[in-house]
Amino acid sequence: MEADATRVVASGVRFQRLVAANRRTDIMMASIGILVLMVASALLASVLVDLILTGWPRLINPDFYTNFPSRKPEQAGIISAMVGTALVMLVTAVVSVPLAVAAGIYLEEYAPKNWLSDIIDINVSNLAGVPSIIYGLLALGLFVYGFGLGETILTAGLVLALLILPVIIVATREAIRSIPRDLREAAYGLGADKWQTVSHYVLPAARPGILTGTIVGLARAIGEAAPVITIGALTFIAFLPPPPVQSTPPFVNFDWLTSPFTVMPIQLFNWVSRPQAEFHINAAATGVVLMVMTLAMNGLAIYIRYQLRKHQRS
Amino acid sequence: MSEISSAESELIGGATRQFLRRRAFWNRFAAYWLLAAALVSVLVTVGIVYVLVTESLPFFNQVSLVDFLTDTQWTPMFENARYGVMTLVSATLTVAGIALAVAIPAGLALAIYLSEYARPAVRESVKPLLELLEGVPTVVYGFFALLFVTPLLQTFIPGLAGFNMLAPGLVMGIMILPYTASVSEDAMRAVPMGLREAGYALGYSRFRVATRVVIPAALSGITAAFILGMSRAVGETMVVAIAAGQNPNFTFNPTEGAATITAYIVQMAMGDLPHGSLAYQSVFAAGFVLFLITLTFNLIGFFLRRRFREAY
Repeated sequence: MEADATRVVASGVRFQRLVAANRRTDIMMASIGILVLMVASALLASVLVDLILTGWPRLINPDFYTNFPSRKPEQAGIISAMVGTALVMLVTAVVSVPLAVAAGIYLEEYAPKNWLSDIIDINVSNLAGVPSIIYGLLALGLFVYGFGLGETILTAGLVLALLILPVIIVATREAIRSIPRDLREAAYGLGADKWQTVSHYVLPAARPGILTGTIVGLARAIGEAAPVITIGALTFIAFLPPPPVQSTPPFVNFDWLTSPFTVMPIQLFNWVSRPQAEFHINAAATGVVLMVMTLAMNGLAIYIRYQLRKHQRS
Repeated sequence: MSEISSAESELIGGATRQFLRRRAFWNRFAAYWLLAAALVSVLVTVGIVYVLVTESLPFFNQVSLVDFLTDTQWTPMFENARYGVMTLVSATLTVAGIALAVAIPAGLALAIYLSEYARPAVRESVKPLLELLEGVPTVVYGFFALLFVTPLLQTFIPGLAGFNMLAPGLVMGIMILPYTASVSEDAMRAVPMGLREAGYALGYSRFRVATRVVIPAALSGITAAFILGMSRAVGETMVVAIAAGQNPNFTFNPTEGAATITAYIVQMAMGDLPHGSLAYQSVFAAGFVLFLITLTFNLIGFFLRRRFREAY
């Protein structure tokens, strides 16, 4: 087939036609690619538009953001879900970021080439692919019943922290890997030891990359429902957890950690699972709020990365 | 450590022995602390395996493994409970199959376009779009599958049930598309330019370079992308829990509704399951099956990707 084509070109007989045919396949391939892209973006747009159109009556009603869930769909609101999400994310960030950054530093800067490092490496990539519902079973069997933590904000925060651990570890490793050797050698040349080099020079330089990974991870955690459902968060929560700060000493209060809770994806799931269409309006409105939050966070991460790249290039 | 002790004897005039010892201590302390953090990730895996094994072992004392794997009924809440996990597996594979039928051709086309045809400026602006698509919460996709895609499909397919496997499968295909496309695009871009140029020197067209040179060279990476995508589709929960129904049903017919493994876990977790009951343990047995399936896919994908990275 190829040999044939070459002969024809060499003889110059059907050269034009061959070029035209190649050009046609090129245009076809490019259009298929663009078509897939357009379908994907149209889908993203139609998800958002469908949610906004369906949820509009609730979205423009301020009560929706300040009311508790209710049996009457026109009075139901998401205040307890929003507060729950904020508090769970607080636990998740506080637990996952130090752990993941430390693990990432270890794997990039310290890990010797041996079986243990290999195991940790394979393990992190496998964890990234473990379905989120399995983390939910881990939380149910170990945190809720094994450690007796119950169906609380603390349990939910911990399980989501474990879930996004691989995301932040991978981001940390990539950020550290992209830092030039010169920086480390300059630090060593000034007499810094390994830990000083890592903590004073490498880590600050890797900060934007780590921040990006953290934001992407937290955006994922905000939208995750499965691991939180298994620990039993699907309840009717008509109260707020005790506030983390108070006006009397010692000013901080950790009672909220052991409070029952609900989060936004759970609230959405609860409403969409009901047969009445009125509740689907609430579900759509919750979906808009959820999507705006995750899109904003992912957008911020993309923006930071873009700025970083521009900075590195100049 | 030997470097520091030799440095200590030389530098003893400039820096005090105490100062050097303190620095050596902090270095060692930091190294151990970082190792401990890295080991936490291993502990998570150990914890998962431990929970799944210890909670499902009592289950297999009461239900024989043969029944578990061959029975085609899954009725844990009935008087005469039967536990044939293939009921759930059939639905899981059907939905994942539909998702892959969307994601493989579309993902491959998009990856070829991005790596071989698109100008760098286009590629730079498309990648963020894919990331945004990846960031959409799965409950939202579930809502979309149940209340938008299903009614839409019902206008074409009259016999389509309100809960069916087709709509969540299609939506899930779009959901894993950004992931499979970007992993296979990475694999294609890693193919050395020299191979492409060799193809052009032989008079290949761009299409031929893509299909005869780049794809074969990147095949292990592309395969890894689809195996990892399959693993995601199998483990995806909220889309199927919302839109595929919660009725265990041994079928491969996409127009019917059927509970997947993940949907079953969600359904049981929503009710108040008494800790230690057979139904409670069945959740972990189903989870164990899910974990083994995804683990197999993930390991194959991991080694394929690693082999690919070593090749270039």
